[in-house]
Amino acid sequence: MSQIELAPPVAPDWHRWRDGLFSGWANGLVTLATLAAMLWLALPFFRWAVVDAVWSGTSADCATETAGACWAFVGAKFRFMLFAFFPPPLQWRPALVLTLITALLTVSALPRFWSFRLVPVWLLALVVIWLLMAGTAGMEPVSTNHWGGLPITLTVSIAGLAFAFPIALLLALARQSDMGIVRCLAIAFIEVLRGVPMIAVLYVAMLIVPMALPSGAAIDKLLRAQIGVTLFFSAYLAEVIRAGLQVIPSGQKEAALSLGLSRIQMLRLVVLPQALIAVIPAIVNLSIGIVLNTSLLAVIGIYDLLNAAKTSATDPIWLGFYSEAYIFAALVYFAICFTGSRYSLWLERKLNASNRR
Amino acid sequence: MVFPMTRHSRPGPSGPGPVSRLRTWIGPLPLLQGLLFVVVLLLFAFLGQNTADSMHRMGLTPGFAFLSHQSNFEIGESLLSYSAGDSYARALGAGIANTIKVAVVGCLLATVLGVALGIARLSGNLLLASFVHSYVELLRNTPLLLQLFLWSAIIHALPPPRGAYSFLGSIYLSNRGVYLPSLSVEGLPAVVWLSVVVLAVLAALVLCRRLFAGSAFYLPKSAGAALGALALCYLTLTSLGFAASVEIPAKGGFNIRGGLSLTPEFAALLIGLVVNASASISEIVRSGIQSVKSGQWEAARALGLKPAQILRLVVLPQALRVITPLMISSFLDLTKNSSLAVAIGYPDLVSVANTTANTTGQALEAIIIIAAVYLTISLAVSAVMNLYNRRVVLREEGKR
Repeated sequence: MSQIELAPPVAPDWHRWRDGLFSGWANGLVTLATLAAMLWLALPFFRWAVVDAVWSGTSADCATETAGACWAFVGAKFRFMLFAFFPPPLQWRPALVLTLITALLTVSALPRFWSFRLVPVWLLALVVIWLLMAGTAGMEPVSTNHWGGLPITLTVSIAGLAFAFPIALLLALARQSDMGIVRCLAIAFIEVLRGVPMIAVLYVAMLIVPMALPSGAAIDKLLRAQIGVTLFFSAYLAEVIRAGLQVIPSGQKEAALSLGLSRIQMLRLVVLPQALIAVIPAIVNLSIGIVLNTSLLAVIGIYDLLNAAKTSATDPIWLGFYSEAYIFAALVYFAICFTGSRYSLWLERKLNASNRR
Repeated sequence: MVFPMTRHSRPGPSGPGPVSRLRTWIGPLPLLQGLLFVVVLLLFAFLGQNTADSMHRMGLTPGFAFLSHQSNFEIGESLLSYSAGDSYARALGAGIANTIKVAVVGCLLATVLGVALGIARLSGNLLLASFVHSYVELLRNTPLLLQLFLWSAIIHALPPPRGAYSFLGSIYLSNRGVYLPSLSVEGLPAVVWLSVVVLAVLAALVLCRRLFAGSAFYLPKSAGAALGALALCYLTLTSLGFAASVEIPAKGGFNIRGGLSLTPEFAALLIGLVVNASASISEIVRSGIQSVKSGQWEAARALGLKPAQILRLVVLPQALRVITPLMISSFLDLTKNSSLAVAIGYPDLVSVANTTANTTGQALEAIIIIAAVYLTISLAVSAVMNLYNRRVVLREEGKR
């Protein structure tokens, strides 16, 4: 059926503004009240953050009675907040890691580059990131205790997603399968991990795993935390994937089986491609959740972005500028996650549009 | 006359026996599945044995016997009376009570704030809606832990009680905490009279529903009944000799006295959790109301209903079906998120269990307790939610 596409008439801008703000006396009152409340809240903040702020200088300049926000502190501790205790002369390495991650994320975000070739590329990238951070032939080794800042936040999130994905896929399939024992095991794993707070999982990784290993064996602290994050999110990701599996009509499976495909082929060629594409926006949203939740690593003493920001305010030279440090960290998190959530919305629209065709 | 056939006298083949039902439940590849199960069990046994060995090497006995031992730490604040020297079990109980306290108060306040924001978002006022939109985006795209740290830093940066900020002469904000006016009943603990009042109001509302459900002025009648119950409570309490009074905090010397005082840690945690959850709840309310098709609004308007009636009789009943499960899962999130209290020093369950693990070394047991409490809450809530969903689905089918 062909349809003539006519854009609905759009009111001129000033019309929409007038209708939105002053369509009647009640609406006008609401506008004025909101404006007053916003000014009441924003003016003191504006005074603190801009008018009275100290933009450069030393901590002595920030200590005066009238000084507002001390942005000079952020300038002085900028590198520490981004890279924490990574040895300063070697900080080009985490910086390179950040560039690599940004470039790869940008490429992977464009549907035109979507293919299975991205998987080995990302795995290779994780190896390169590891080598750059840890140091290898010709590069000075840096222990994971000194890793920190934004690279940790991003790497733990990305590796978490990458390793959680195969686990989650298996869990989702197991939960849907007609094999009773397998199904029960999957349900138990998913529901236990979704029922406890993430901090409990991190405590297990920190306190119990060293005890549960055979004597003599040890796993690096960061790696243990990574395993905890991975398992925790695999449970959530499994539920996201299961939602995708559920929207595939059973007729598709029956058709595939009647064509003579094996069950594995049916999953690989018919069910999974459709199910996974349908849940990509949800996976992007979950990834944002992972980035936000890696901040819990701060509680178990790993210097992620949030902990680096917090620690920067304990420098005896720049003592106590917590608000400035947190606002800086918040801006970094916001930039990452807001971009991600806009991207997810854009993707959803795009995928919906291509479905309708 | 036809007798109803009982199950046993029904002709034809009987249903599947227990063995064949178990077969169908297990499904294909039973041996391989059994093997997987055994492998998982062995893995757990191996890890458990290692853990027990490590604990013995550290001079600890695995098990929960330590719960009855005397603890040697203080807890900053608690609903249950507790002091150093009480048993670890009591300390953990105080932690659980604190978790429940912040979760219950947090859920209530987050609902109020979230619903208000959701309505503001839908109000049609461009400025208000975009203000709420940016509030939501800001909160959803920054980590909750960071928000909690920031609230904690803000509260600790407030002036001392002497120079505390005051609002309307009855609310004080200082670095020692937040002070609010409180209702108190002389001679009765708050828990007792609060539960009496809540029960009385609930009873009045249930009675009202039985008597007047569907009748005209149902809402005003319920409101009247609730007010009546409150008045009755007040009269009963005063006639029994318990005087109720509003206590307003007041500055006195170096401190603020009277009223309800919230410690800085509790205030920071509560504000952080409420503000964060209100962002999700406002989105839930907005999407729930928008999920009702515009045809429903138009039809209701065509029938001559007033806007308030449309909302109450047509839109909300349908929207609530979408809203309720999401709302409950965001209450669960808030409860689980309250475990971040450990990072800002509020003695919730996780924080007390953590201290217990540090002082006794019984980390495994402490974590098992944490997990058991949160799992009980989650599973209980999801059981209730399944019941609710079944009821809603039944109703939906009954309407067809």
